[in-house]
Amino acid sequence: MSEALKELSDHIAQAQANVVTKAEIRLGELMLDTTPDNVIALLTYLRDDPKCLFKQLIDICGVDWPEREKRFDVVYNLLSVKNNQRIRVKLMTDETTPVPSAARVYSSAGWFERETYDLYGVWFSDHPDLRRILTDYGFEGHPLRKDFPLTGFVELRWDDVQKRVVYEPVKLAQEFRRFDFLSPWEGAPKVLPGDEKAQEAAAAPAPAPAKAN
Amino acid sequence: MSDVEIKTLTMNFGPQHPAAHGVLRLVVEMDGEIVERCDPHIGLLHRGTEKLIEYKSYLQAVPYFDRLDYVSPMNQEHAYALAVEKLLGIEAPERGQYIRVLFSEITRILNHLLNVTTFAMDVGALTPPLWGFEQRELLMEYYEQVSGSRMHAAYFRPGGVHQDLPAGMLDSMEGWIKQFYPFMKDIENLLNENRIFRQRTVDIGVVSADQALDWGFSGPLIRASGLPWDLRKSQPYDVYDRMDFDIPVGKTGDCYARYLVRIEEMYQSARIMEQCIAALRKVGGPVRVDDRKISPPRRGEMKGSMEALIHHFKLYTEGYKVPAGETYTAVEAPKGEFGVYLVSDGTNKPYRCKIRAPGFPHLQALEMMTKGHQLADMSANIGSLDIVFGEIDR
Repeated sequence: MSEALKELSDHIAQAQANVVTKAEIRLGELMLDTTPDNVIALLTYLRDDPKCLFKQLIDICGVDWPEREKRFDVVYNLLSVKNNQRIRVKLMTDETTPVPSAARVYSSAGWFERETYDLYGVWFSDHPDLRRILTDYGFEGHPLRKDFPLTGFVELRWDDVQKRVVYEPVKLAQEFRRFDFLSPWEGAPKVLPGDEKAQEAAAAPAPAPAKAN
Repeated sequence: MSDVEIKTLTMNFGPQHPAAHGVLRLVVEMDGEIVERCDPHIGLLHRGTEKLIEYKSYLQAVPYFDRLDYVSPMNQEHAYALAVEKLLGIEAPERGQYIRVLFSEITRILNHLLNVTTFAMDVGALTPPLWGFEQRELLMEYYEQVSGSRMHAAYFRPGGVHQDLPAGMLDSMEGWIKQFYPFMKDIENLLNENRIFRQRTVDIGVVSADQALDWGFSGPLIRASGLPWDLRKSQPYDVYDRMDFDIPVGKTGDCYARYLVRIEEMYQSARIMEQCIAALRKVGGPVRVDDRKISPPRRGEMKGSMEALIHHFKLYTEGYKVPAGETYTAVEAPKGEFGVYLVSDGTNKPYRCKIRAPGFPHLQALEMMTKGHQLADMSANIGSLDIVFGEIDR
């Protein structure tokens, strides 16, 4: 399996050298990085090339990394029924850079892109029907962004006077609590006050410990 | 001759309609009785599962998976458990794997029983659901025996299953399987040659193999379109590679083929159950990994051992940390390919957990399948798609 994957990875990296910025295999899964401009060419190639034949678009989803300049990953998971292989195509974008829609390459892309737009606010250009899909009619914001609070901004209730559902700002009886579980024994940096010189003296610096958020 | 103006009628179907299988709202444009356009409005059951999972530890995320497709809970836990195991680099012990396969197949029968029988109800037969639900109830008792819950089991955990089977369960299951085959013959007698059922399903909603691929079909739907594709065979997980079973493939790709595929899958699932039961009688050992940093200690152990108490406390408050990485892991859920795209940043909570529900692309294709059919065929199509809104809306 991994041999075939390596071969496929080399094949794609060679044929699409100007389109694929990085190809790697991790945990037995092949990942390709590309850019928004090139994604349609790459997906079309992956679908039609006789060695690839990734005829099925399994999924499109977004991932938010707010600390990055281009904060969104858009991830395409493809499946080749013919060769029994999976591949993952990733690209980076931000709130303003549009990603060309894959709906012309795969019919199933339509809803997946609507979902990504709805939850992350990634804009897909040339999409036949880019509307919100999962959230409520008239919803504001993109709920899966990391800076969107878990509780949201509005809550709704039935108003018996107006005889309709009304939206109100969220009222929390108790502040939302998020515990920092990074273990004090394993997570925190081991610094003894006044012991900075010992660290400088150490030839091989210890790997940077995970920082508590 | 005066011009005749043809006006299409826009109609609202659902969200509270018995044939909508939940909260599906369809905006349908009709030309007389013919469907011109149909636009599904989904999201009425959106609960923000993916967002919630990002705020929970890996173990606390398990019960959310029961509540996605509430007709096949354990298969979805299976996908999640496999994804976490892949990131952790562990594997469930053999007995745990057999139990997971056994319950995955029970879940498949549960799901198909519900779908096939309510599908029959959508097209006019009332007896099949009444019979089928009795069998479902018997199977849910097994759910209850192992997990304490009839539906939302939270039984498959990363690293195995929560606890071993209770004594006598395998015998009872064998008894159930023996009476299940004649029951299936009864259901087939009711429906297979039934004139009304066939008139409502044959040549309705035909999907070709190319269309099925293009629209992202999986599971019974892609098989009904003639592609012998089943993740249990092609990308086997747990002990499916040791199981002997056949993959039914449809020829016509219509509603009737999808029904037949599901019927045959139930027989095959019962076959897998038999093999798992035989194996479980021989294979002993633990049902989940014996690593105290991942799976909690037994309650009895906790009473005597300080270490166990600490482990228990740490696992149920902080949970375990999963090494940074990402994986897309899929299982053959009864409805199709159910996948979990899990991104870990090395902490005790998933950074991103995208749930790939099979019903989502299936429902998307409804317009393609229904265009040009009559309105009544639309409910037949919805029934044969096997959609559940818990997983589509997430």
